[in-house]
Amino acid sequence: MTTTVSTGQRIGRFLRDNPLIPLILLLLVLVAILEIRQPGIVNERWVGNTIKFAIPLAMLAACQTLTMYTGGIDLSASVVATIVAFVMATQVPVIGVVPGILLAMVPAVLIGLLNGFGVGICGVHPLIMTLGTGLIGTGFLQVYQRTVIASGSVVPESLQWLGTGRTFGAPNALVLFIPFAIAILFIQNRTGFGRLLYALGSNEKAARLSGVRSWQVYLALYTLSGLIAGVTGLLYVGLIKAPSLSLVEPLMLPSVAAAVIGGTSIFGGRGSYSGTIIGALILTVLGTMLTLLQMPEGGRRILFGAIILALTAIYLRITDQD
Amino acid sequence: MMRLVQRNGWVAGLLVLLIILLIATKIIQPDFGASGVESLGRASVPFAFATAAMAIVVIAGGIDLSIAAMMAVCSVTAARLMVGAGDGETVLIVILVLALGALMGAINGAMVVLTRVPDIVVTLAMLFVWEGTALLILNTPSGAATQWLRDLILGSLSIPGLPERATFIPKSLVFVVICLIPFWFIMHRTKLGLSIYAVGGDPVAAFRSGVPIGRTRIIAYSLAGVLAGLGGLSLTMSTGIGEPIPGPYLLASVSAVVLGGVALSGGKGGIIGPIVAVFILRLVRMDLTLMSVDPNVTTIVEGTIMVVVVMLGGMLAMKGRRP
Amino acid sequence: MVHTQTDLPILDAQGIAKRFGAVTALNDASLTVAKGQVVALMGANGAGKSTLVKILTGALRPDGGHLKINGTDRSFSSPGAAREAGLVPVYQEPSLIRDLDVAQNLRLGDTPVEPFLHWVAALGITDLDLHEMAGDLPLATLRILDLARALASSPDVLLLDEMTAALPSDLVEKVLNVVREQADAGRSVIYISHRFTEIAQLCDRATVLRDGATVGDLPIEPGVEERVVELMLGAKLTPARIATHRAHATATGPARLGVRNLAAGSRLTDVSFELHGGEVLGVVALEGQGQDELFDVLGGFRRARGGTVTVDGAPVTFRHPADAIAAGHSLVPGNRADALLMSRSVRENIAIPRLARICNWGSISMRSEAETVTAAIERLQIDTRAQGEVRRLSGGNQQKVTIARWVASGVGTLLLFDPSRGIDVRTKRQIYQLVREMAEQGAAILFYTSELAEIPQACDRVAVIFNGKLVEIMDAADADEPRLMRAAYGLTSKVPA
Repeated sequence: MTTTVSTGQRIGRFLRDNPLIPLILLLLVLVAILEIRQPGIVNERWVGNTIKFAIPLAMLAACQTLTMYTGGIDLSASVVATIVAFVMATQVPVIGVVPGILLAMVPAVLIGLLNGFGVGICGVHPLIMTLGTGLIGTGFLQVYQRTVIASGSVVPESLQWLGTGRTFGAPNALVLFIPFAIAILFIQNRTGFGRLLYALGSNEKAARLSGVRSWQVYLALYTLSGLIAGVTGLLYVGLIKAPSLSLVEPLMLPSVAAAVIGGTSIFGGRGSYSGTIIGALILTVLGTMLTLLQMPEGGRRILFGAIILALTAIYLRITDQD
Repeated sequence: MMRLVQRNGWVAGLLVLLIILLIATKIIQPDFGASGVESLGRASVPFAFATAAMAIVVIAGGIDLSIAAMMAVCSVTAARLMVGAGDGETVLIVILVLALGALMGAINGAMVVLTRVPDIVVTLAMLFVWEGTALLILNTPSGAATQWLRDLILGSLSIPGLPERATFIPKSLVFVVICLIPFWFIMHRTKLGLSIYAVGGDPVAAFRSGVPIGRTRIIAYSLAGVLAGLGGLSLTMSTGIGEPIPGPYLLASVSAVVLGGVALSGGKGGIIGPIVAVFILRLVRMDLTLMSVDPNVTTIVEGTIMVVVVMLGGMLAMKGRRP
Repeated sequence: MVHTQTDLPILDAQGIAKRFGAVTALNDASLTVAKGQVVALMGANGAGKSTLVKILTGALRPDGGHLKINGTDRSFSSPGAAREAGLVPVYQEPSLIRDLDVAQNLRLGDTPVEPFLHWVAALGITDLDLHEMAGDLPLATLRILDLARALASSPDVLLLDEMTAALPSDLVEKVLNVVREQADAGRSVIYISHRFTEIAQLCDRATVLRDGATVGDLPIEPGVEERVVELMLGAKLTPARIATHRAHATATGPARLGVRNLAAGSRLTDVSFELHGGEVLGVVALEGQGQDELFDVLGGFRRARGGTVTVDGAPVTFRHPADAIAAGHSLVPGNRADALLMSRSVRENIAIPRLARICNWGSISMRSEAETVTAAIERLQIDTRAQGEVRRLSGGNQQKVTIARWVASGVGTLLLFDPSRGIDVRTKRQIYQLVREMAEQGAAILFYTSELAEIPQACDRVAVIFNGKLVEIMDAADADEPRLMRAAYGLTSKVPA
């Protein structure tokens, strides 16, 4: 059994074992290009701003990353985030900050449970299922909006501080994000639940053979994803400061792209949240660049679609070669 | 005869359901008549094309999430080109738009076959690409539609000697039926159609029977593309403008396909069942509106019906997979 | 030269080779068929028969060797091309599309309807309705339709893969008669079967494959069965016994695993046996005799159709593999790809049964996990230089990982399905040794293998399954290969009525 490894294979293997290195290089290259095109743009303030906007994206992308470990996706995440933000902002003037936030998380959990039920027990493809629950959620939000037109909306000071504030130049959102990222990394690497996510995505049959009842994992996963989306909504409304019915919608597409760029396989079984974080930064910098180039919205979408398809095809090639 | 009933039992059941719903509508709204049927027909046209497109791809063992986005591309292209276009030019534009649909479908299919990435991922990415393309063609809803084209689906069929309101057949329905006949013929009366069923039902056996798998799948996606072209045209025809943001046709078409008796695992079902399912789903929405339910609540009910249908479909598919 | 064509074999395949990744399926397979001849293609499980058929019919491309049809070199890019050259197969699995009716299937394959109907009638199906869905027809009818479809295209060479496997005896007669007539009329036939009686009745010659190579080509004559069995087994050294202590003689009380009249799926019809702790029960069967279903039921992957399974005397029903695991059953499936998380590490693969239950979803104790995993790795001597992903391990090491998983979590009853298929001799030895060790520590082990030479090395007793039924249980000491082979082919003297 002689193993002849081509250069392409070797590069592929290296990339798979160290996905962060090329990603960080790509990020630096993008920043360099930006600085060359617009000298002076890259300064402390810009870095802070980039991180500030990358954080909600990275958090929403956590929903996609975790579900993608199992070979799934959560297209309802942006709707869930919007619902939580909107319900919270409209309930806070009525029932106060903490009860408002808690009440707002209820729909997030419910939609997550419904997704988990559909995917884990009915066997619906996650993409279809989460698209459907997203649609239902949007309907509920519109109905809800009519009932609260009179009460007005308030984004609590604390969320604004978290979303927009800075301390010594660093965005306050890091107070939330650093523990969050550590928790996600801990879950994926050091808990049984995290291992089972990868296991289901890698080979669901083998996981069942080892005694895993997959529906339990799916139910827990999609509920967790709903919760994360909800927290993201709270943070994002603190950043934008104006709740609306399509608040988090613009993050939907980039959140999928961030996970894919970060090296998480859309087929499941591979990836890491650390890659997703870099992916979110790359997309935020790319966004600045596209704005500078005055790229229209249409062009952006085409670019995102092309990136997702190209990277998926390339990852498939790399993993097929062994 | 028995077999005809047996094999089309599902479609027959759907038709009965549709008739019951029509009667129920008449009870809810005694005024329900020609104009009601007309508006039902007109509202159903883009859904019918989207669903037929989805049905063909699903029968071929795939799924195309980008149908609504392709419809948007075709709609804005048509609306933009038809600004100030003469009657004769319009014919050319229609042909061009349908060719554009076929091209987009072929690209989707080729991507699926060449990259070997699963259909659902490829078409998700292509959904974004086509959405972007539509936005590049028209940034905001605008454009125009030639009048004779619009007249094809507006109003009811007039029979000479009778006032228009006395006939119950909306032109939109006739339009849909005429447009779908070639596709029905291809699917059920040609070897290409058989190949599409074979590829979706059992690719290994199809390969052994000498069916070219890759080519058949690309053709299936192209057919769906042409139907998306028709859907896009019908959008422009009914509104008179081009709309770059895709409508809610993705989930609607998937659920109509499932309700219409097409198995998501491929190879089973037809086009007629899903089309009847489209009318049922549209009628439910209309009934809710007639009962003066808040339109947003209607959206919720509709969405719930669709999700439940898809969940039941998923459960049935799982059961079918077990030996 | 032109006039010598009649002397040329119609099909002449020489030195055909085919590899799948690291696995060599064929290395030197040769097959010659003359006009009007019926050649039996024989070989034990995994000898490469199916691969050779797929290459001859254009479903696979060979890596080496050459194929001559009527004296000209050919290679087929698709089944369609092979068909045009006159090579028409009937595969083991029905190849009509289930969701199309019979007439539509005929159109799809460009089969002429008139000759098709003629052959259907000749083969003994009288009530065929062309508008019946293929999926609604019984399996036997589907096989006959496949054969009729093949005959209707007037093939020069007909390849029949286990043609009679699912047929009732009256149809078998009809098929054999029709095939013989066709051969007498000048068509050539390649006939793959495990049934000696049919081969004796039908074939002119037998070509025997072993380990991917042709090892013999003999005329069919009385007594040829013994010679074929010998060729299939090959001249093998009698390996030293590893087993030292036979525990089953001392076993008392209820059996760890009891199986009574078990039936499942369409193939397993009646199997009963008892398995005690400390015992290794070998299972021997040709492909598709119901052994897959047996293991699936015991592993919780499939529900039984009839019969009972008891664990320590108490009846059990498994709805999910987790139930089977809770009852102490650990299944190592035949296909490694079904058992492994290919894109994950050795460690994660071994540790996964420990994490399956909800109460273990929390934080992993990395140290205790590392200890258990390391112990299992050492015990199985897994080469873990390729730590990152299990897919990069060699086949033998992958197989060890699937077993190590259960060693690490503790085994009550181990269900091993053909664990030594396609792996090297050294690893095989290690696996037998491990099986014996585990038995000595009290595990009950059910061990299906397609390599008969393994039986005396690793097992205490052997159960032979033929046609869905358990036909014989014997002591491993008495189970020499010819005897096992005869029993597996249903040639045993004491077939139950």
